[in-house]
Amino acid sequence: MTPGAPDPAETFRQEAHDLLIQLEDVLLDLDGNPGDRELIDTAFRALHTLKGSGAMFGFDDLARFAHTVENTFDRLRRTGAEPSRELIAATLAAKDFMRQLIQSPGEAEAAIGDGLVEELLRHGPAASLPETGPCGAAPRPAEPKEAPAIYDIVFALPPDALLRGTNPLRLLDELRDMGECTVAADLGPVPAIDGLDPERCYLRWRVRLVTRQPRSAIDEVFMFVIDDMELSVTTMAPEAATSHPETHPATDATSAADLIPPSTRGTAERAAAGSSIRIPAERIDNLMDRVGELVIAQSRLRQLAQGSLDPTLRSVSEDIERLSSELRVTTMGIRMVPIGQLFARFRRVVHDLSRDLGKDVRLVTAGEETEMDKTVIENLNDPLVHLIRNAIDHGLETAAEREAVGKPRAGTLSLEARHAGAQVLITIRDDGRGMNRQRIRAKAVEAGWLSEAGDVPDAELFQMIFRPGFSTAAAVTNVSGRGVGMDVVKRAIDGLHGFIDVSSPPGRGAQVTLRLPLTLAIIDGLLVRIGRGRYVIPLSTVEECVELSEADNLRSTGRSFLNIRDELVPFLRLRDLFKVQGPADLYPKVVIVTAGDQRVGLVVDQIIGDHQTVIKSLSKLHADVAAFSGATILGDGTVALILDVVNLISAGRIQEMRMKAS
Amino acid sequence: MPKTVLCVDDSASMRQMVRLALTSDGYVVVEAVDGRDALGKARTMVADLVITDLNMPNMDGLSFIRELRGISDYKGIPIVFLTTESDDDKKGEAKSAGATAWITKPFQPERLLAIVKKVLG
Amino acid sequence: MAASESAREVVTLEMQGEVFAIDAHWVREILDMVPVTEVPNAQPFVSGLINVRGKVVPLADLRLRFGMPQSPPTVDTRVIVIDAMVGSEPTAVGILADRVYEVTEIAPAAIEETPRIGLRWRPEYISGIGKLGGDFIIILDMEQVLAVGPTTTQ
Repeated sequence: MTPGAPDPAETFRQEAHDLLIQLEDVLLDLDGNPGDRELIDTAFRALHTLKGSGAMFGFDDLARFAHTVENTFDRLRRTGAEPSRELIAATLAAKDFMRQLIQSPGEAEAAIGDGLVEELLRHGPAASLPETGPCGAAPRPAEPKEAPAIYDIVFALPPDALLRGTNPLRLLDELRDMGECTVAADLGPVPAIDGLDPERCYLRWRVRLVTRQPRSAIDEVFMFVIDDMELSVTTMAPEAATSHPETHPATDATSAADLIPPSTRGTAERAAAGSSIRIPAERIDNLMDRVGELVIAQSRLRQLAQGSLDPTLRSVSEDIERLSSELRVTTMGIRMVPIGQLFARFRRVVHDLSRDLGKDVRLVTAGEETEMDKTVIENLNDPLVHLIRNAIDHGLETAAEREAVGKPRAGTLSLEARHAGAQVLITIRDDGRGMNRQRIRAKAVEAGWLSEAGDVPDAELFQMIFRPGFSTAAAVTNVSGRGVGMDVVKRAIDGLHGFIDVSSPPGRGAQVTLRLPLTLAIIDGLLVRIGRGRYVIPLSTVEECVELSEADNLRSTGRSFLNIRDELVPFLRLRDLFKVQGPADLYPKVVIVTAGDQRVGLVVDQIIGDHQTVIKSLSKLHADVAAFSGATILGDGTVALILDVVNLISAGRIQEMRMKAS
Repeated sequence: MPKTVLCVDDSASMRQMVRLALTSDGYVVVEAVDGRDALGKARTMVADLVITDLNMPNMDGLSFIRELRGISDYKGIPIVFLTTESDDDKKGEAKSAGATAWITKPFQPERLLAIVKKVLG
Repeated sequence: MAASESAREVVTLEMQGEVFAIDAHWVREILDMVPVTEVPNAQPFVSGLINVRGKVVPLADLRLRFGMPQSPPTVDTRVIVIDAMVGSEPTAVGILADRVYEVTEIAPAAIEETPRIGLRWRPEYISGIGKLGGDFIIILDMEQVLAVGPTTTQ
């Protein structure tokens, strides 16, 4: 090996990792569709590769174990039997064990492996058919027979055999290796020297071979030319009276190939893998930073160009603007991955939960192709697992309960992603018993968030389950009652600048929708001025902009509420909040922003316009300033702060409650 | 003198597999990432054996085999192709393009070695 | 406040007529005054943000850290950009200086000479005291000066 070449075992680990994911997928698919032969084939192939490549790179325990699992699937393949749920569960467990065998082979307990093998044998189809040998890949010549046979072999190679790289001498050597051999060349077909094409194979050979090897071993010698050549083999041994001369085409000796059915899916996957490269996330982050700087430099250039009369400068500026905008889109595209990868992981979660809780659950997913920033997707795993657990544990009823109310025995959990403008909506919906308003309400009153008589809309009531300290202790189980409340979900989604909406129409289950930004790197913003400072409000949170009427403006010293289409919306004077000195503008504007179902008006001095905002995080020196989620650099090179809308809304609510109290 | 094998595959792990199997048996392995890359390398060196994948970007295995057979130094050099399909169409096509032998993925290193020995002697 | 044995390379600067030094290895670059963006409700000594080559960098006014009055920038005002550790995160921070003198080697002062001059400043902000010409100069411990947490309240 060349020095510095990657460790092949490492490469195998990566491949095995992917194969195990594929296997898990297939098994979960099989769970719902046990009759799908293609799935069984795919599982078999994955196991086959794990076994074969595992042995190649010294993962002997893995290869041995995978062999057993593979045999089970080989039998399914050949008998046409359908895997039982128990067999699928056992194979899933076997898959986990194989992962351990790859990651820490020393620590995997043989006893567990033995138990799994037993499990597989118990639930697998009966081993009535011959199995593939432990190597599976190459057909080994059968055991030598007792008595040697005598073969009369006559063969002529295809005329272009030499050109195609076949060496007839090599073939003769192979025949000689099989046993006692006499070779005669038939020069008959060779033309006179002036008509002779030196690249052409004219010769015909006759070989008398005495060997204990079976007839198929001769075919194997010619395996690569057998379809195009002339070959006749006559058995002359006395005990082989039933034998007769055979002419070709003969059976293909590459029986390994027969074990692997053609698969368009496998090919497509390989092609996709071949045309993609792995890049450390850090490099993409660096690229994104540079693009961000370019966008900033470009907006400076635009400002200069707009103030200039030079048409050439203006046209260059427009070109740069177009290019940098395209580059931004392309670069963001690199970070985008389909959410399907994440959804696929939940199938296992749902499968295990459904088994542990004894509830039949059907998982339906949609919108797997929806793309999101990789960072966002990675951070979505835990909150989504939490929501799924919660839906299955608390939302869905048992099969018996469901039947009693006339629902199908199996509950349905649906997971759906879709784009909506600059946001991605992820919806987790179940057709269970729905949110228990009374219980949530009781909890909220107990915690002091609601007065006994207080009346709140459902949407607001349901939001309370995300508060720290809310835990439906009455329903704690070993699945979701892990001492972690839904506030963890809320925190994670807040961290992604996302929002959670909850709805539960009576009798129709519950639905939680996460609204998330496409990316964390660049957002569309609304640039506003407060005093002399300029600030960015994430456009995705902006509902509308209105003028603050003089009446509201004056009146609001006592009550900071705006009447927006007959709805009272609290508003915050950012001048006051930010302690801005100097006279206010005569006609302040109000930007109505929303987060979840909460709305608040932010009073600013001026609305400047849209702004492509490259998000820069604030240092720890400003960790204590909650009103801002980050900063950006404007076209003139100055820094502007980005408002943290979620935080401002809670500030607005505190103000509102204070008002109500006084 | 050790025999040189030109290994053409767009999958790094596949190349690694081939390299590992063959170098341990004393062969020198030169790698190429696709047909185009391999053709460039073939023009500057004569390998004793070529192992190539069929599905590759830029230049696929079939075109590569045809082009390679057009180079006079490579007229009788054995070419083994790797295939995942067992269908005869692909095999037939590769053979008429000039391939000598094939090996079906996945395979054991011993299997690869056996075939290399078979065609190379 | 032990002074190291060997001479230290420092950047010397002036605040409110006093000369201070910052270890040169902290210093990334020295800039002329740039437009500052106020961060409402931030701690007064780090109430600004500046743009340093496309990066958003907090600007610290050490005058407020040392109980000196704030003063408007002059033509001599400079920003020293240093690479500091803030709450265990490497962070670029701009430091406001009334003027910056030079990058120089400074000899450590004998320990017994130091208390007299050291007394005027919080000891945790001082990483050493050096001698330049006949004068003693405070070498600032930037990590402590910029520390976030309980010690930051003035």
